[in-house]
Amino acid sequence: MTRRLLLLLLPVMFLGLALFFYVRLSEDPTGRDSALMARDFPAFEATTLKDDQRRVDQSLLTGEVTLVNVWGEWCPACRQEMPQLLSLADRGIRLVGINYRDTREKGQAFLDEFGDPFAINIFDPEGELGFELGVIGAPETFLVDAEGVIRYHHKGYVSPEDVQGRLLPEVAKWR
Amino acid sequence: MLMRILPEIGHFALIIALLMAVVQAVLPLAGAATRRPLWMAYAQPMATGQFVFVLLAYGCLTASYLMDDFSVVNVANNANSLLPWYYKLSAVWGNHEGSVLLWSLMLAGWGCVAAWWSRHLPRDMLARVLGVLGLISAGFLLFMLLTSNPFERHLLDIPADGADLNPLLQDIGLIVHPPMLYMGYVGFSVVFAFAIAALLGGRLDAAWTRWARPWTNAAWAFLTVGIALGSWWAYYELGWGGWWFWDPVENASLLPWLTGTALMHSLAVTEKRGSFKSWTVLLAIATFSLSLMGTFLVRSGVLTSVHAFANDPSRGLFILVLLAVTVTLSLVVFALRAPRVSHKVGFNWLSRDALLLINNGLLITMTMTVLLGTLYPLILDSLGLGKISVGPPYFNTLFVPLTVITCLFMGLGPAARWKTTSPGELLRRLWLAGLAALVLGALIPLVYRGEWNLWVTLGLSAALWIVLSLVRDLFDKLLHRRSVWAGLRALSLAYWGMVLGHLGVAVTIIGATVVSHYAVERNVRMSPDTRVEVAGYQFTLTELTDRRGPNYLADAAVIEVQRGDSQRRFLMQPEKRLYLATGMPMTQVALRPGLFRDLYVAMGEDLGDGSWAMRIQYKPFVRWLWLGGLLMALGAVLAVADKRYRQVRPARLAQEGKA
Repeated sequence: MTRRLLLLLLPVMFLGLALFFYVRLSEDPTGRDSALMARDFPAFEATTLKDDQRRVDQSLLTGEVTLVNVWGEWCPACRQEMPQLLSLADRGIRLVGINYRDTREKGQAFLDEFGDPFAINIFDPEGELGFELGVIGAPETFLVDAEGVIRYHHKGYVSPEDVQGRLLPEVAKWR
Repeated sequence: MLMRILPEIGHFALIIALLMAVVQAVLPLAGAATRRPLWMAYAQPMATGQFVFVLLAYGCLTASYLMDDFSVVNVANNANSLLPWYYKLSAVWGNHEGSVLLWSLMLAGWGCVAAWWSRHLPRDMLARVLGVLGLISAGFLLFMLLTSNPFERHLLDIPADGADLNPLLQDIGLIVHPPMLYMGYVGFSVVFAFAIAALLGGRLDAAWTRWARPWTNAAWAFLTVGIALGSWWAYYELGWGGWWFWDPVENASLLPWLTGTALMHSLAVTEKRGSFKSWTVLLAIATFSLSLMGTFLVRSGVLTSVHAFANDPSRGLFILVLLAVTVTLSLVVFALRAPRVSHKVGFNWLSRDALLLINNGLLITMTMTVLLGTLYPLILDSLGLGKISVGPPYFNTLFVPLTVITCLFMGLGPAARWKTTSPGELLRRLWLAGLAALVLGALIPLVYRGEWNLWVTLGLSAALWIVLSLVRDLFDKLLHRRSVWAGLRALSLAYWGMVLGHLGVAVTIIGATVVSHYAVERNVRMSPDTRVEVAGYQFTLTELTDRRGPNYLADAAVIEVQRGDSQRRFLMQPEKRLYLATGMPMTQVALRPGLFRDLYVAMGEDLGDGSWAMRIQYKPFVRWLWLGGLLMALGAVLAVADKRYRQVRPARLAQEGKA
């Protein structure tokens, strides 16, 4: 009889795991933080969107609180969040773009059409930096503090409510 | 007219298939419990009918893809009119809904084959097996109809053309990789059904293991090929030159492979010796559960990964419920019905039984290692205990030594006897193989690279030990035969299956060891006529051109390669493609494959002034990784063909004789 009871522990243990999955599932995926939280922005070396001779690295993101936005011309949601990003830039917040899996021509055309809130754009045509950051799809936005440490991660589209409710408070918190 | 309502026909066929699956589940299971032959007799026709209707649905979706019917949401989202026809065919399963349909088709297919191939099974056993399969089918069909209907239509605003198939998926490797993987996952459902049926019927004897073994081997062979293909695809298509990333999705396929491997070996013991019965059943349950869990993790967005499908919480919840019900029910059945007292079959600490038990222990340890590494970061995160990322260093430091230890026992196992083996005899037969493996393993890195390396020696010695002990075992088996030929013919196909399977493991280990330690990678800037030397090969960029493909534009480079001073030259042509519909750039790597080395050139970015960044890699023995996988799968298939599994029961033969 004890053996049967012991064996019944197996389904109970599994149900525990299933419960955990359930909790995990019901968490808001946009609020879920990446494993990079509170870590240094990953080291990288890349050219910029405008200038294929200019090489930049992670030191680009130190000295000032910066919002890093991952975007691409091919991404419809990126278009829709441009007005919000422009309004953030108008408030004096430094934005750096990562042009993700895109070409220089298309990326440039996108900025010409929808406006350019970015101080500079890192060119990531192969998605290598995006991979380091654990990006699963554009748009995504990271907040990097003055020491170059990732402090906040927003997955998906930034709505006007997100600007007021999430991004501005976070920027204020880390400044 | 008929053509225009194909999606509706497909949808309707799915509903009928669902109803049939429900009947296939309920009536035969109830019939077996209450001993009603008529109810049990529903199992076979329903399994067949369900397969026919799922096949019809699959045919309808495929036709919609081929006819560019963009009123179907699934087609519009995943294909466009520029796509060549073979990519339209494979686009059917290159997305979530279509892949669930393919999964259901395979499940129904395995069920149908089981129904017809296992007609000689006792009636109640067959009814229970098909009943359990019907339950699983019903779950997946319901999942598809409620949350992932592939036949959904655009009611308004039918798009003129579709979106492009993700360029990453436009590739032969990815056309065959998912179906193979699903065949493996789904194949384990048959083994699972056999295990549950045996538990329900109280028939945990040698017979059920003999029925379950060919199914296990077949499913395992598919899974092995699927994993190998995935690794091969990642190697040449993702453009990073790696072949295993310990990505959560890869791990999800590795978990059932590990327990499936344990299951194959445990089934052997149960069939031959009648021991480990409960353990074998538990492994069968665990293997299928891990297949399901892998599906859940990949599709629910609980894990984030490069391969994950689009997230949708309602889908995740449904699969979670499916997973929870299946696993909990089967574990409860196991707890209640597992043999009360495992009847003791004695064996010595040094015997094939014991060695196979150790092998099982090691494989389960590996499974736990991978499972922990995959889930631990999630658990910590959810408990608010901080965020960690578990990467290759964790997996490699634990997995590599465990593999080496497993190899040690893999060499001993086939040479040992059932029940008991004397240490002296084992030592006498294998000392030479062991010594030779160690010496060769230590010498090869010295000769090959002029430098000794502990890890290379460990890897090579382990692989050589497997090979040499197999050779010794073969030698001993042939020693007392009249002729070598007669001896070889006397060996069973199952034995050859084991030899090939183990050889495959050795080949994969050699590949993994060499390529991990001796690969060379260089990032260079090349303009026309630049010459670069990598690992004894000279690479000269001769030409830069533009090219137009069916649905992309490409920058292409032509590179002439020459080895040392030899006069033989060949060309390599890497490309950088821009897919027109999505505007997504993709690297098309130029590969020069070879049995002993691959050369690999990928175009980086245009650096202006006519020069490009290029990544050149030299990958020795990388093909051995996948060659080993194929050998393992071939071994499993050979073992299925063994005549033992084709034996029809005498009673049935007698019946057929009369007829």
